Amino acid sequence: MTAVMQARLPAPARLRDPMLPSLYRLERLQWDTRDTFSMDLLPQNGADMPAFKPGQFNMVYVYGVGEIPISISGDPGRRDVLIHTTRAVGTVTRAMSEMKVGDTLGIRGPFGTAWPVDAVRKHDVVIIAGGIGLAPLRPAMYRILATREHFGRVVLLYGARTPGDVLYRRELKQWRSEFDLDVFVTVDRATGSWRGSVGLVTQLIGRAPFDPLNTVAMVCGPEVMMRFTTLELEKRGIDRNNIYISFERNMKCGVGLCGHCQFGSVFVCKEGPVLRYSQMQHLLSKWEI
Amino acid sequence: MNTLEPLLAKHPFFQGLESEYLKLITGCASNIRMNAGEFLFREGEDADRFFVIREGSVKLELFSGGRGPVTIQTIPEGEIVGYSWLFPPYRWVFSGRAVTPVRLFVFDGLCLRGKCDDDPKLGYELMKRFSHVMMGRLQASRVQLLDLYQVR
Repeated sequence: MTAVMQARLPAPARLRDPMLPSLYRLERLQWDTRDTFSMDLLPQNGADMPAFKPGQFNMVYVYGVGEIPISISGDPGRRDVLIHTTRAVGTVTRAMSEMKVGDTLGIRGPFGTAWPVDAVRKHDVVIIAGGIGLAPLRPAMYRILATREHFGRVVLLYGARTPGDVLYRRELKQWRSEFDLDVFVTVDRATGSWRGSVGLVTQLIGRAPFDPLNTVAMVCGPEVMMRFTTLELEKRGIDRNNIYISFERNMKCGVGLCGHCQFGSVFVCKEGPVLRYSQMQHLLSKWEI
Repeated sequence: MNTLEPLLAKHPFFQGLESEYLKLITGCASNIRMNAGEFLFREGEDADRFFVIREGSVKLELFSGGRGPVTIQTIPEGEIVGYSWLFPPYRWVFSGRAVTPVRLFVFDGLCLRGKCDDDPKLGYELMKRFSHVMMGRLQASRVQLLDLYQVR
């Protein structure tokens, strides 16, 4: 595992003026579940769309309402559309969900570190997502699938609240039907016609098909879920240096200046959101920092 | 004659058990198949057995008026189902139903309880193993109670 242990997280993409939003046009807004939607965005005025790496985020600005960080959930191999998936839960995201095709948004970014997809070739990869945590991991799946031959076993474990909350259902079904992917979905509660698994996503780890000594794990979800997930991954024998987690914090400037996202000694917007578990482990169960 | 002993010996739940005990437990075991949708046991009935899932999966259900059967948890291949046979009043608290066609080892709880009473060392060995299973499920249930994916 030397290669993985020495691998550095990819550096953030070089930015033009990181504090100046670029104008994007809403091309499509699609509801993925009852409270979660995806937006397809295109740059206005013929501007180039900046490249991004899986796991990075943008600051998305609804003019007159506010600006929030949202992970990029589209395919990093596509330069024709920028996709963001978010939940309509706060003032900005609710305003976003009510926007019409053709409306304008401001985008700053991409910011932050990325999933180390290209650095972990030749390894088994286990991707573990909880709830909307699948959105920042979807670009990593796209990247892996585009270069599938470079990886060992690829396993996706996904936990949602109920069957109705399962995100990207169509893609999950498609990935499940691939011969070289192992996809397991579980929900916390179910009634009636659900024939899939019911239980915590952590309970899928014990029987997931990967070689723990040669595996890199990428985890995103609520922090409690990530805490229990990392414990299970360690129990399976994965080195904590080979576990990566994505943090959600109150990002504001996106470039590590304002300090709103500081978590211990880490500025999550700049040194994160994707961080090595071994680096953050001591902070995960702290009540207050 | 072929017995279930070599198969049980390979199962993680029974690993490390003295061969004398394994033989004894094998004496209380049999091999069954069930179709998808069939009940392994029903809530409220006498709990006098437990199962090891060899193939397929089983769901634990609770019937709730107005909502119908609610699935509490799905138990996958390789896992243990049922520990109500260990504790009075020896009655199933949930129902167990096959999600897919299943192959199971079924163990006679009455027979085993008697053997555990006669030999506390065997009882302790089994209790340790069941406690481990119960602890895992208890922890998972506690985390599930947090309703982590709910919007706050």
